Amino acid sequence: MRVLLLMLALLSAPAAAEEVVLGLSRDEVAITTRFDGSEILIFGAIKREEPIPADSELDVIITLAGPSQPITVRRKARRFGIWINTDAVEVDAAPSFYAVAASGVLTEVLKEVEDLRYRVSINRAIRSVGAPETVTDSETFTEALIRIRRDSGLYQRLDDHVVVDQQTLFRTSVTMPANLTEGAYATRIFLVRDGVVVSEKSTKIDVRKVGLERWLFTLSRQQPLIYGLLSIAIAIAAGWGASAVFRYIRA
Amino acid sequence: MMIYLPIAEVSVNAFLLLGLGGIVGVLSGMFGVGGGFLMTPLLFFIGIPPAVAVATEANQIVASSFSGVLAHLKRKTVDLKMGTVLLTGGLVGAGLGVIVFNYLKGLGQVDLLVKLCYVVFLGIIGGLMFVESLRALRRSRAAGGAPLPRRRSRGWIHALPFKMRFRTSGLYISVIPPLVVGVLVGILAAIMGVGGGFIMVPAMIYLLGMPTKVVVGTSLFQIIFVTAFTTLLHATTNFTVDIVLAVLLLVGGVIGAQIGARIGTKLKAEQLRILLAIMVLAVCGKLALDLLIQPGELYSLGASGGH
Repeated sequence: MRVLLLMLALLSAPAAAEEVVLGLSRDEVAITTRFDGSEILIFGAIKREEPIPADSELDVIITLAGPSQPITVRRKARRFGIWINTDAVEVDAAPSFYAVAASGVLTEVLKEVEDLRYRVSINRAIRSVGAPETVTDSETFTEALIRIRRDSGLYQRLDDHVVVDQQTLFRTSVTMPANLTEGAYATRIFLVRDGVVVSEKSTKIDVRKVGLERWLFTLSRQQPLIYGLLSIAIAIAAGWGASAVFRYIRA
Repeated sequence: MMIYLPIAEVSVNAFLLLGLGGIVGVLSGMFGVGGGFLMTPLLFFIGIPPAVAVATEANQIVASSFSGVLAHLKRKTVDLKMGTVLLTGGLVGAGLGVIVFNYLKGLGQVDLLVKLCYVVFLGIIGGLMFVESLRALRRSRAAGGAPLPRRRSRGWIHALPFKMRFRTSGLYISVIPPLVVGVLVGILAAIMGVGGGFIMVPAMIYLLGMPTKVVVGTSLFQIIFVTAFTTLLHATTNFTVDIVLAVLLLVGGVIGAQIGARIGTKLKAEQLRILLAIMVLAVCGKLALDLLIQPGELYSLGASGGH
């Protein structure tokens, strides 16, 4: 597949045999108890065997995607005077986090066909098929999903956010909010000329809980009974402790 | 100070949680309610996922109830015998409630039904208590502060078999009504994700005829066991108990409960009841408005499942 893409890239732009050399400010995000979001710097250079093509401008698009999950989007409607969930659409796979940064305005930088092929824009990153027959406007559900996630900082479209120097060096920064889901965050870098992807490179950023967070999370999944008993024991101890302290204060 | 919750997977302000726990704890100690019916909606509001909020709240109630009940035990205002009968019913009810809850989840309308449950029960109970305690307050004033001895005849309740003497409450009644009350409250508690005190307290006063002073401690006593059971059920089946969230809430909660229990002894029973009634009605009104007024965002996201 990758060979095919490379060949395609070579065919479409034979003069520009350009390749990405990538750097990350960090390849791991550790979620600790004090975790309050994180900023990641993604930077790199473009390696060439031939001179820079003079006839076209180079653009860079960088995407960062969290693990995909199926999601149910529900819509409320008025029934019997109260607002209740009526229609629901299943979105098969939506990334828990998605940021797409471009050196220009994304829709101008990348052709629609290329967006479709590489699933670059937020809309394309979400895979949705098979709305129930009762729902005729399933697109509004996908739009709602994007709107809700964008408002909470989980989906970001960052136009004019990638800085490209001398058509060779590029860099961008992505701010990740505090409410992150664990997993491998796929990072992709696209080199684009005349709206067509000429080179692609991908890597992963590991987002994971560490220390106490990791221990508690693992315990709750692997030893749920012990975890539950531990919770109750802490509650009882705290209740007794407070009572004892207050008795001591009064005495 | 922001703190990341491992199970809820969100970052929240630790002091906000401590404060919320404290306020709800004061109310818990004053009225003998777990405070879940206030705390659970508040947790939704600050962005905790509902499933985590419901399960963790059960755990927090264990702590504040335990702290509260110790204060009541010292004052001998806990009817242990009655509490044991009630909690026997309560555990059965909680088990049934979880089954009902999972069935409703399959139907996909569990949110609505939980909210409707809240509105209906809070409305009825709050309204009844408000009217009743207002009347009692006026009557005690007319009689120059002396409370009227009320001996209502409970014909059919007295006709039931398996009578038992509840010395602390000064009652000699059949065990069937408290058992039934326990089961019903247990079911509702599991469905609504609360301790059930706000239903239990009026049920004890109006259905069983227990004295108000004993009601609060006894209610707390049985809530400990029912919520501990619920916590275990949630922790082992849904993995939604967030221990860090619980600790923050309960540190504020247990301190609040101690203060609340002391405020409670300084207030008259009628005043206590009228305050609780007003609070119950306020929460009911807020939830009813949410259902009636068009929401700002018509769409909501939920984890997939049930298919």
